[in-house]
Amino acid sequence: MSDTILVQIKNDIESNNIVLYMKGNSQIPQCGFSATVCSILNNLEVEYKDFDVLLDSDLREGIKTYSDWPTIPQLYIKGEFIGGCDIVKEMYASGELLELLKRHELIA
Amino acid sequence: MAIETGELELLIKKAFPESEVILKDLVGDGDHYEVTIKSAIFHDKSKVEQHRLVNQALKGYLGGILHALSIKTLPLNN
Repeated sequence: MSDTILVQIKNDIESNNIVLYMKGNSQIPQCGFSATVCSILNNLEVEYKDFDVLLDSDLREGIKTYSDWPTIPQLYIKGEFIGGCDIVKEMYASGELLELLKRHELIA
Repeated sequence: MAIETGELELLIKKAFPESEVILKDLVGDGDHYEVTIKSAIFHDKSKVEQHRLVNQALKGYLGGILHALSIKTLPLNN
């Protein structure tokens, strides 16, 4: 894996408020875990930038290295790694995700 | 690719001694599991840190032989 992909990931995460690395895209998720995170973000009515790791094997491996996290989806808010599907689900259920988005003024 | 329930359970229990481990094979195909781990080791750690411990224990399995694992971690007070 080249360093270029890690630089690109860092840049993408820092230049977008909410970034989701997923299998498929937000319109047509290709995996149940990715679909769950998309539907949570859609329910919250926040805009996010999605990257389909299935289209780019460098990105698929790169994102795992970047976060030292072995699975996809991966959600980032304001440059910070939030977690995968299970954590996002829990944070949504507890209201923690909504609070975080409000704190960053990403949601009214 | 799949992994036997017994093998996976043993692997997790070995990594998290003195913890409560509940493993469910969600659809009975040895490929989609849900694990709940209650452990004092999670105390005072963030969710990401808690899940990192589980990921670490399953390194080489997750995303490979083990296709889908839902993880729930619950801290126990000492």
